Amino acid sequence: MGMAADSEFHVLAVDDSIIDRKLIERLLKTSSYQVTTVDSGSKALEFLGLHEDLHDRIDQNTPSVSPNNHQWRLQEVEVNLVITDYCMPGMTGYDLLKKIKESSSLKNIPVVIMSSENVPSRISRCLEEGAEEFFLKPVRLSDLNKLRPHMLKTKSKDHCKEQVDEKTAFPSPKQEGKEESNNNKRKATEEGVSPERTRPRPRPRPNGITTMV
Amino acid sequence: MDLVKLQRQLVDYRDSLYHECFLDEQFTQLQELQDENNPDFVVEVVSLFFEDSERLLNELTKALEQQSIDFKRVDAHVHQLKGSSSSIGAQRVQKSCIAFRNYCEEQNVEGCLTCLQLVRQEYYLVKSKLEALFKLEQQILSAGGSIPI
Repeated sequence: MGMAADSEFHVLAVDDSIIDRKLIERLLKTSSYQVTTVDSGSKALEFLGLHEDLHDRIDQNTPSVSPNNHQWRLQEVEVNLVITDYCMPGMTGYDLLKKIKESSSLKNIPVVIMSSENVPSRISRCLEEGAEEFFLKPVRLSDLNKLRPHMLKTKSKDHCKEQVDEKTAFPSPKQEGKEESNNNKRKATEEGVSPERTRPRPRPRPNGITTMV
Repeated sequence: MDLVKLQRQLVDYRDSLYHECFLDEQFTQLQELQDENNPDFVVEVVSLFFEDSERLLNELTKALEQQSIDFKRVDAHVHQLKGSSSSIGAQRVQKSCIAFRNYCEEQNVEGCLTCLQLVRQEYYLVKSKLEALFKLEQQILSAGGSIPI
């Protein structure tokens, strides 16, 4: 795989179906992304370093290493995009989307929803809640081409951190504007950058995939 | 072992599976995701489908045997089966799940039982077809040939 730019993008894929996890993993790797797959929304939040019980705590600096996952150094994993199934037992993809968007440390991670059902009200609800895209299953390789612009936004945000022009005003991120650096600067100004994003990006891991089922 | 003959046999057989709607375009997508670095991708996904489907069929049988049937649970299983069959391109299985879900919504036990039978039938049909297809592919590979697109 080498040092192609896209292999620096890390996607977290969430789906309760083992078949769909296998599929989305292959699709994402074919597109040269690093992939981690998990089978539930709660595992996704764990991986992202956010425990549900922490959400209510006042002290956001409490270390959040899950006791069962010492092999992950949660604070160092950077996720550039979350792609999640909508229909899952327990936490739905919509619930997961909400939790990510409500989290100060995670809200800038682009989220994409997948669903086997074409329900217009569902689609608009997800987009309104901040999902970047809504894919109908089965997902195709061509669908994944739409992901890159959303991930580029988060990457160039890291680069631009020191060069933020605080006086510049930009259009809403939900519009079609693909001026990545503009949107990043606006976000960095308004929300500050969480500690995870100011660290140098970790080198791509040699075997790219951590799969949890 | 005539390699060309085998390859022709495979192409004809595969074409018939599409023609009879056992498989659809999504199966082609799976094949396109397979390459030298992932030479067993299709077989792996399909094997997962077989395992998962058999599990679901068992769950469905149990759920419909209950005194008081939990139709939501039945529907959830059918929804899963519909999804996974769609993901691998097993069109006839997928379509048989649609009728099944309608009966779940109506809480129609007889309808559900009939549908379960149909789904099971379609599943075992496509399973045997896919196994035959993979066997042909193996024969070609063992004979030193490549699988025609």
